[in-house]
Amino acid sequence: MYSKDGNDYFIVDSHVHAWDATPANQANRYGEGFINCFYDYHRNLSPADKVWTLEEFHKQSEERIIKDLFTDGYVDRAIFQPTYLTDFYVNGFNTTEQDGQIAEKHPDKFIVNGSWDPRDGEAGLDKLTELAERWDLQGVKLYTAEWKGDSKGWKLTDPWSYRYLERCEELGIKNIHIHKGPTIYPLNRDAFDVADVDDVASAFPGLNFIVEHVGLPRLEDFCWIATQEPNVYGGLAVAMPFIHSRPKYFAQIIGELLYWIGEDRITFASDYAIWTPAWLIERFVDFGYPADLDEYPDLSVTVKKKILGLNAAKLYGIDVPAELRVPESADETTAVGSEPVSVA
Amino acid sequence: MTAEVTAGTPGARPAGVDDGIWAALGTVRDPELDAPVTELGFVSGVAEDAEVVTVELRLPTYFCAPNFAYLMVADAYDAVAARAGSRAVVIRLLDHFASDEINAGVAGGRGFAGSFPGLADGELEQLRVTFQRKAHRACQEQVAARLLKDGWSVPDLAEATLADALPGDELDRLRRRRTELGLPSGQSAALLLQDDGSPIRQLDLPVQLRLAKTTRISIEGNSGLCRGLLSVRYGLPRPDGVDQVIAG
Repeated sequence: MYSKDGNDYFIVDSHVHAWDATPANQANRYGEGFINCFYDYHRNLSPADKVWTLEEFHKQSEERIIKDLFTDGYVDRAIFQPTYLTDFYVNGFNTTEQDGQIAEKHPDKFIVNGSWDPRDGEAGLDKLTELAERWDLQGVKLYTAEWKGDSKGWKLTDPWSYRYLERCEELGIKNIHIHKGPTIYPLNRDAFDVADVDDVASAFPGLNFIVEHVGLPRLEDFCWIATQEPNVYGGLAVAMPFIHSRPKYFAQIIGELLYWIGEDRITFASDYAIWTPAWLIERFVDFGYPADLDEYPDLSVTVKKKILGLNAAKLYGIDVPAELRVPESADETTAVGSEPVSVA
Repeated sequence: MTAEVTAGTPGARPAGVDDGIWAALGTVRDPELDAPVTELGFVSGVAEDAEVVTVELRLPTYFCAPNFAYLMVADAYDAVAARAGSRAVVIRLLDHFASDEINAGVAGGRGFAGSFPGLADGELEQLRVTFQRKAHRACQEQVAARLLKDGWSVPDLAEATLADALPGDELDRLRRRRTELGLPSGQSAALLLQDDGSPIRQLDLPVQLRLAKTTRISIEGNSGLCRGLLSVRYGLPRPDGVDQVIAG
């Protein structure tokens, strides 16, 4: 919980990792390149006093994770989102099992999400069922740019992907987190395109599709599909740290999201360990639009409470203490996405 | 092409580069960021002798999308070759996961699908057009936003032509985007066009303009992110001016 100016905020960090990118675990130059890329994001967007050494960044101890998220970071509940990358890292970068080992020791602090890959076919479906039973999955994180042998990625509309989404419905896995990356099959198409999210969100209205990084670098495509699909959400991982380095751009992102999809479908995330949650939460609670951006919906205390925790708590059935909730808003939101939009 | 971006990456021009070659490289744009590679700091070195012109390109991350990377390398090859006379041209993309495939593919004229056998189902022209259209929509919105500040109403914009727009860099840019896409760019052309060249209907104007604004914010934001990533990756001066590029 975070408190400021007499307001108490229930915090859900919707996207955290426990990764191992140490040189010993790097399988090849791609594993090294991947963590260096993350590290450049970290260095580029962190305040100077929050920048770690590359060695610190390679792997975090359990003690450090607990300290950064819960002791120092105000987080009430954190959601582990795995990113396997078994072609890049000997034991995987961040698997469900790695996350689960930590989560089991702190059952009141973490939610463990799983993952699947449609290229694993029938065997992967069985694996998903096992994973769901073992970790009581409510959600999965999908990385469409993951390499597997000769393949450089996949789309949500691939036939096997539908099979996996059907299995998610059967298993009660209702939160599908989607992370787009720079590669896909076929490579000549825009890998960041979110049109496939649009298709599966229509086909599976009972599932929630949380697009990580709010679709960046395709914010406009994300906003557009989210106005049409009420079960599409925006996760703020990677968008949050702009609050420090490029506050005006951050204001525009939040303003655009509030305009298009409204205050109930945006979820906070630090993307730990790329960034730590404490400073992001402190800055966000203090944040207001710059004076020259006067066209956006209000960023009120209630809106901030929803974004920082209450929206994700609803998706994951997290019990929020009564004094930290906000009154249920009926249809007060004026976002474009709160009304059906005619498609030109 | 020097006025495309008001705040370029500091120190973007390597020392000793011939003006003609630099101008040629200035015509090469990052299709996604809609800015010249020279302004973005993507040209890390140019070497010339009597036999060969060698250009080294670098990108903000090791994993930048290979399709956009390929377009920039191929466009740089074409632009420099047009200025290199009888000399050979070598474009070398550095520090990228697909450097070898892209450099060899462009040098050998293999095309994108030929450079990534089994991983692509076609060339990149459709991708390029998709991003030229995004850039065009963002430019249109920027020009229209000026008129709205000058007192025009949104419905009236349906009747506006390029003759109504304020002269300057933004309008010049819009005209160039129109030319690339084969859309009308004369004084009597409608100010707000759909991708197919027909005017945007008055009924669709509010939502289309609003979406174009989001597109512009997305492009400008990505540009800022990429400049920042390039600066930390290569130890360049931080792009302090980037926020000023964003027009409200």
